[in-house]
Amino acid sequence: MKTCLVVDDSRVIRKVACKILADLSFETMEAENGAEALMACRRKMPDVILLDGQLPQMSGIDFLKSLRSETKGNHPVVLICTTENDPTDLSEAIIAGADEYILKPFDRELIAAKLAEVGLV
Amino acid sequence: MTHCPDYSYLANVLLRRAGIVLAEKKTHMIETRLMPVVRRFGFRDIPSLLKELHYGHEALVQAVIEAMTTNDSAFFRDRKTFDEFRDIVLPALKEARSDTKQLKIWCTACAAGQEPYSIAMLLDDAKLADEGWSITLVATDINSQMIARAQEGVYSQFEVQRGLPIRRLVSNFTQEGANWRISDHLRRMVTFRTFNLLDSYGWLPDCDVVFCRNVLMYFDLKTRASVLERIGDILMPDGALLVGPAESMDSYILGYVLADSAPGLFYKSRPAPARRLSLVK
Ligand SMILES: C[S@@+](CC[C@H](N)C(=O)[O-])C[C@H]1O[C@@H](n2cnc3c(N)ncnc32)[C@H](O)[C@@H]1O
Repeated sequence: MKTCLVVDDSRVIRKVACKILADLSFETMEAENGAEALMACRRKMPDVILLDGQLPQMSGIDFLKSLRSETKGNHPVVLICTTENDPTDLSEAIIAGADEYILKPFDRELIAAKLAEVGLV
Repeated sequence: MTHCPDYSYLANVLLRRAGIVLAEKKTHMIETRLMPVVRRFGFRDIPSLLKELHYGHEALVQAVIEAMTTNDSAFFRDRKTFDEFRDIVLPALKEARSDTKQLKIWCTACAAGQEPYSIAMLLDDAKLADEGWSITLVATDINSQMIARAQEGVYSQFEVQRGLPIRRLVSNFTQEGANWRISDHLRRMVTFRTFNLLDSYGWLPDCDVVFCRNVLMYFDLKTRASVLERIGDILMPDGALLVGPAESMDSYILGYVLADSAPGLFYKSRPAPARRLSLVK
């Protein structure tokens, strides 16, 4: 079973995402901020991370930079999640190592499509 | 409670003027689509608009037809078709047209431009222009507002995220607030024009590839057959026709043969008409 780490400061969004991912046969883990997410990755590296761009304290991109400095290659796959008014710069996200982006609010179809694009479903 | 207006004349106009079949049961959808026209033309309500429609005032008829079209689309919608275009159609044409180095592509119902711009991205990837190819990419739609949008080339985040990989988004678009604008380079590759598929195809060039996706399904059988036949008239003998996945299994694709193991990709099964033969020689 593939694992997915959902990083978002909103509990509701984490729940919705985890439910969708579980339906897509992923084992899910949750983290509420960048530091927690890094710790979770050190404990057990997931196959994919659903990463909110705007996290409190450490931004999604800063988390991504730290993660990529600790891992080699493209593992894990990172999908960066933004909202319409989110200033997250996608070019910067790519440079930091994001593989795809998802605009919130997301639904099952969109998450499945994006996971398919990165070859995970 | 107001009683349901009589949509039979509207259905008649749509069928006659655009080939579009009005689904009887979708009265709520009809209302939602007509209300902006009611407001724009200053009518009291839908029945007064429908009454006026009988007088055939052209601007009103066109506005009503446009309002009644379904324009949903997406970049690289039905990805497989674009893979087929890139992996099967394009390599074959590159070889077949290596002497003239000319390619002519027509996107028949392009909505807000997502389909022709997706094609343009693939052509751009293939670096044909660098190798001296001249490419004509014509994109048409009956809906002039869609054509205006396509020419503008600005899309919401919602529109770009389905089907457009992040790298393509960042390299081919610039962000403008919450929207994304297509690069001038890609925009210049496409010629847009408002055009009704029921009208004459005389102005179109002989095409190597025709994309006719997710539009035949709105037409009645007679219109489908007529559109496909006339596309056949302007399609080069070895040209390719790409239709939507929902349309590919239908028996109305007469005069074409389905490519082996490539759903939605058709070639002509009949000899080229006289006009073509004389030009192809
Ligand atoms: C659902 S969209 C399909 C867009 C695109 N081809 C795709 O597959 O994503 C259908 C389009 O067909 C256009 N259309 C409907 N009737 C037409 C006609 N008679 N002539 C030209 N375009 C027409 C509509 O305006 C609409 O933009």
